[in-house]
Amino acid sequence: MTHPIPPGTRDVLPDEMAELRALTGRMRDAFTAAGYGEVHTPALEYEDVLRRGDASAAGARYRTFDEQGDVLALRSDMTIPIARVVATRYADAEPPLRFSYFAHAWRAADRGVGEPREFMQGGIELIGAAGAEGDAEVVALTVAALEAAGLRRHRIGIGDASLYRRLLAAHDVPEDRHAPVLAALARRDLVGLELEVDGLGLGDEARAALASLPELRGGPEVLERAEALAPEPVAGLRALHGLLADRGVADRVIFDLGLVRELGYYTGAVFELYDPAVGFTLGGGGRYDELIGRFGRSLPACGVALDVQRVHQAQAAEEALT
Amino acid sequence: MSDRLMVAVPRGALFEGTLDLLERLELDVAEVRANDRKLLFEGPGIVTMRPSDVPTYVEHGSADIGITGKDVLLEQSDRKVYELLDLGYGECRMVVAARNGGDPIADALRRLGRVRIATKYPRVAAEHFARTGRQAEIVEVKGSVELAPLTGLVDGIVDLTATGRTLEENDLRVLEDIGVCTARLIANPVSHKLKAAAIDRLVERIRR
Repeated sequence: MTHPIPPGTRDVLPDEMAELRALTGRMRDAFTAAGYGEVHTPALEYEDVLRRGDASAAGARYRTFDEQGDVLALRSDMTIPIARVVATRYADAEPPLRFSYFAHAWRAADRGVGEPREFMQGGIELIGAAGAEGDAEVVALTVAALEAAGLRRHRIGIGDASLYRRLLAAHDVPEDRHAPVLAALARRDLVGLELEVDGLGLGDEARAALASLPELRGGPEVLERAEALAPEPVAGLRALHGLLADRGVADRVIFDLGLVRELGYYTGAVFELYDPAVGFTLGGGGRYDELIGRFGRSLPACGVALDVQRVHQAQAAEEALT
Repeated sequence: MSDRLMVAVPRGALFEGTLDLLERLELDVAEVRANDRKLLFEGPGIVTMRPSDVPTYVEHGSADIGITGKDVLLEQSDRKVYELLDLGYGECRMVVAARNGGDPIADALRRLGRVRIATKYPRVAAEHFARTGRQAEIVEVKGSVELAPLTGLVDGIVDLTATGRTLEENDLRVLEDIGVCTARLIANPVSHKLKAAAIDRLVERIRR
C-alpha cells in the first residue's frame, strides 16, 4: 500500500537527520561567531507583503486563503521576510544588522522529476553595509561556512546583476528590446544570445562585446578584459577582489561577467556557489540595495542562501575522497 | 582539480558527425567507432547515449559537456544546461506533415474545431499550434510517427525530417516548417565555471 507525499517533498529519517543536524550546526556556529544572529519567520506570509518585495513574490507558488479571505503564500526564500523584519522590527536600530537563518522554503517543481518543492536553506543577510566592503564580508563568511561544513574545493562565482543592462544601455539599445536578450543570457543560451544580439542592428564592436561578455569568466584577468566594456561595475568588482584578497579568500573566486540570478531584486554583485562534486549550484545571492526600501526603511543589503541538501551532497562526496 | 572533460556523445544520426568533430579535436575515438555496445570510454573521456539523454547527463554534471540536436533541446527546454555553440552538422527540419490529398489539418480544424497531431515532440508541437492560434490534441508516440496518420489515429504529425524520404514513402507531405535543427554543444553550468579554461579551449578550436 502506498500513501503518497507530494512530489518534490520527502521524509528525513534518523541517520540523515543526524548528519544534517551536524552539518547545519557547524554552519550555524560559523554564522553566529561572525555576529549573524539566527532568526525564524513564519512559513506563511501575506502574499501582498511578499509582492511588495518582488513582483513575482520571489516565485512563491503555493497559496491559500485564511478565514478573512486574505491570500497567504508559502515563502519561497528568506530574503523578503527578513527585509520585512528589518523594516518593521528594527525600524530604528543602528545599522549594520546581521542575521542568519536555517529554514524551509517552497517553490514550484515545474518538472515534477525530483526537483524539490520544499527545501532547506541556510543563509545570511548583511543589512546596512554598502558596496564592496559589505559584499566581501558576505562572500568571505559564506566560504568559511562551507569550509566549516566540510567542503574543501568549493568556489564562488561573482558577477554583477546590472552589468549587462548597463552595457545594452551604453550601446543605445532601446529598453523594450532588452527582455529577449536578457532572457537568452539568463538561460545561457549563447547561440540564441548571438542571434538576438545580431538582430539589434549594432556595429561589429558592440555586437562582439555583447555576445562575448558571458564567456568572460575566471580570475581577476577577466576584469581587465571587461574594463573597457563596462567601467563602472567592473571597478566595483575590482574593489571587491582587493578586499577578498585581504581576507584570504581571493583564490576561491571565479569572476563570471555573464552571471545573472533569476530573482529580480538584485542590484549589484551577484554570487553563485559551486563544488566539483555536485553538478548543480549549491546556492547563491547578491546585493539588493532597493528591497528593504520597499518596506519603508531604505538600507543597502547583501546576502547568500545555500541549499543545505546540496551542501550535504558535496560534503558526503568530500568525505568519500579522504 | 582535474581539468579533463567528460563528453556526452549522442548515438544515432549525429554519431558519426560528432566523432568526426572530436577526432578533429584530437580525441582518440577509434575505440568508440569500433565498439557499438560499450558505453563508457575512460581513455578519451566519452560516454555514449541516445540523444535525448544527453541533456540529462549534462544537467546533472555526469558529463561536463555534450552534443545533441536542437530538437532535443527545444523539447527539453527546462533543462538547466548552457547552449554554447551551433555545430552546424546534422541539419534537419522540424515540420508539420499530413497525408497526401487535401489538407486534413485544415479540414479537421474547420469541421471539428481541433486537430489531432502525433509526435515525439509534444512540447514543440503544442507550442507551435498554440502560437498559430489552433487547438490541437497532441498524441505522444515513441516509435515511427509516420504510421499514426495512415491508420487514422491522427490528422497530422510533427516530426524531424532530413531528406523527406520517409515521409514520401509513407504517402505524407510537408505542410509547414517549424524550424531548422542542427547539432549543438551544451555544457553543465558548474563545469562551465570550474573547468572554464578547458571548455573555452575546446570552443575556440571548434570555432576555428
